[in-house]
Amino acid sequence: MNISRPFLFLKSLESLKSKTSGVKNLKIQVNNLYKIFDGKGKKEIEMLKDGISKDEILEKTGATVGVNDASFEVKEGEIFVIMGLSGSGKSTLLRCLNRLIEPTSGSIRVDGKDIMELNKDQLREFRRKKFGMVFQNFALFPYRTVQENAEFGLEIQGMDKEERSKKAKKALKQVGLDGWEEQMPDQLSGGMQQRVGLARALAVDTDVLLMDEPFSALDPLIKKDMQDKLLDLYEHIDKTIIFITHDLDEALKLGDRIAIMKDGKIVQIGNHEEILTNAENDYVAEFVQDVNRSRVLTAEDIMDKPKAVLYNQDGLRTALHKMRNNELGSIFVLGENRKYRGIVKLEDVVEYINKDKEDIEEIIQDVPIAEPDEKVDQLFAKIADINTPLPVLDEENKLEGIIVKTSVLANLASENV
Amino acid sequence: MVIKINEIISLLTTRIPLGNWVEALVDFIINNFQGVLDGFSALIGFIVSSVETVLAFPNPFVLIAIFALIAWKLKGYKLAIFVVLGLGLVHNIEMWDPLVVTLASIITSVLVALILGIPIGILKAHNKYIDYITRPILDFMQTIPPFVYLIPALMFFGLGNVSGVIATVVFAIAPPIRLTYLGIKQVDEELKEAGHAFGANWWQILFKIELPGAMPSIMMGINQCIMLSLSMVVIAAMIGAGGLGQPVLRSLNMVDIGLGFEAGLGIVIIAMVLDRMFGRDS
Ligand SMILES: Nc1ncnc2c1ncn2[C@@H]1O[C@H](COP(=O)(O)OP(=O)(O)O)[C@@H](O)[C@H]1O
Ligand SMILES: [Mg+2]
Repeated sequence: MNISRPFLFLKSLESLKSKTSGVKNLKIQVNNLYKIFDGKGKKEIEMLKDGISKDEILEKTGATVGVNDASFEVKEGEIFVIMGLSGSGKSTLLRCLNRLIEPTSGSIRVDGKDIMELNKDQLREFRRKKFGMVFQNFALFPYRTVQENAEFGLEIQGMDKEERSKKAKKALKQVGLDGWEEQMPDQLSGGMQQRVGLARALAVDTDVLLMDEPFSALDPLIKKDMQDKLLDLYEHIDKTIIFITHDLDEALKLGDRIAIMKDGKIVQIGNHEEILTNAENDYVAEFVQDVNRSRVLTAEDIMDKPKAVLYNQDGLRTALHKMRNNELGSIFVLGENRKYRGIVKLEDVVEYINKDKEDIEEIIQDVPIAEPDEKVDQLFAKIADINTPLPVLDEENKLEGIIVKTSVLANLASENV
Repeated sequence: MVIKINEIISLLTTRIPLGNWVEALVDFIINNFQGVLDGFSALIGFIVSSVETVLAFPNPFVLIAIFALIAWKLKGYKLAIFVVLGLGLVHNIEMWDPLVVTLASIITSVLVALILGIPIGILKAHNKYIDYITRPILDFMQTIPPFVYLIPALMFFGLGNVSGVIATVVFAIAPPIRLTYLGIKQVDEELKEAGHAFGANWWQILFKIELPGAMPSIMMGINQCIMLSLSMVVIAAMIGAGGLGQPVLRSLNMVDIGLGFEAGLGIVIIAMVLDRMFGRDS
């Protein structure tokens, strides 16, 4: 989680750059969008307007509220993230945008055109030209090769074999899959499968990419890799991306702006700062608190086990040996019952041995100490200008763990999002 | 009062003349749709005899070689060897000519069953009313003993190969319908959604997503269709269909164990060859 932090800065800087170049038009405008499943529609919307909750409506009418009065705008060329817990209506909202799910009421404008007015044929044409889509479980065709999967959208458009083969190859190259064209999807790892899914959406060369939790099914490391890949691609292509996730970390890393959904409703829309520092209600706050752990992280959370310690009976040579073996610059000394006594530095040990001195007691030093529940920012003040680790001691003065400077810094960085 | 009750009782206990109704229906069809029936009969007859002519045209050994080649291409050399040995044996015991006739009937029956069955299966998967209607009909067709519809087939199409093919189709059409339906139903919703998201129309969804996805299931339906057709060979012979069924019937009448075994062996061999060629690899 912390590893990804530096990219946050990267992303904000880059988007700043792209934002300032040229006037950005509105790409998508959604107004008062509702989706009611298994219900009358009008009646449930009236109930929602009267402030009746999603659960109550389900109980009273049997209808499920998918989306409740969603309004938002997406600017050309931005990455707009929709975030929320499972069942909050993210997928439903996304599918309303290209009418894979027919909205119950509301308006959706894409490039100023009201897509609710399109008839079946127009809608198909519109989907071909405007929206590429990437799915959570990849939705690759198992009986098609990687190349044929990437060609799918172009094939649907009726493009001839040669041209679509060229375009699909280019898209596969963009996602780093050149050389894999003839493989079948099930021969690929999850991350690579989703690259094929991405290539399929890139190949059609639409203005907008709809991505429904595309990385949620991937391992954390692969996920991070894919996020970086997407950001990298984003810099080189001219696309508006609507990205769904249930992971705030991912939202912060990728999103220019973030909409947070709960029970079908958008409860807050804003950029990183607005979301993190200005949570508009408890729900958002809870989300944010969860990600912004450094505010409540304590010494206990970030401490490590010492690789080696010295005991009372150990002499100078043992100290040297232990430090050399573990590549340490200093080592903590424990007394009876593992009670903390102080620290010994490598340079002092070497000096004493060279001078043929015997008594290690003379070079045991004091360093600032930390308590297990001390907060990370307080730790920073203590560790900032010493060059040894901080010992973490419990109330009986026993050594619980040690804190090194880099782990404090890594956890502090996340606070400055 | 008393009379009324008696009337009701006698009405309730009157035997429903179901058999008469069916007879009347068959008569009605024969009297009013003779033209259609004849046309249909001519078409099927034409297909059977065309296939038979084609199969009988080359020297038997050339045909065996062609079969072996196809088997080799489809499943490898082992099956090719089996085809050569099996069909060679059939030729050796002088069952080759009836085998060709049987093969022609089977090919025709399977073709008709697939041409009708696969589209019906597709419709059934897309339309719940067609699904509801076909369900009891399929159950009926699969459970009713084939002997029962031999008689109407005989009355509609007369004695011979055509009646045999029709009875075979009725018997063997259920698996292609059912398994096409099942295969399409099993296609992942997410894949169809992907199709829609990229702007595919009904036909594109069908041909690029549903049918390829249903293919393993449809192949199983084809395989079962072939096997069921083969199991009708002897029964079809009872209404005059030529081929390996005839010697089997004759052997029954004459209690000729040797003849029955030889003809039966021919059926088994062709069943195994077709099953291995058009079945799933495993
Ligand atoms: N086809 C459907 N029929 C009925 N209810 C549905 C359907 N699709 C989604 N829902 C309901 O709508 C709500 C939102 O679902 P969804 O958009 O899938 O949430 P998310 O993508 O945020 O997990 C859920 O309560 C879900 O049960
Ligand atoms: Mg979802």
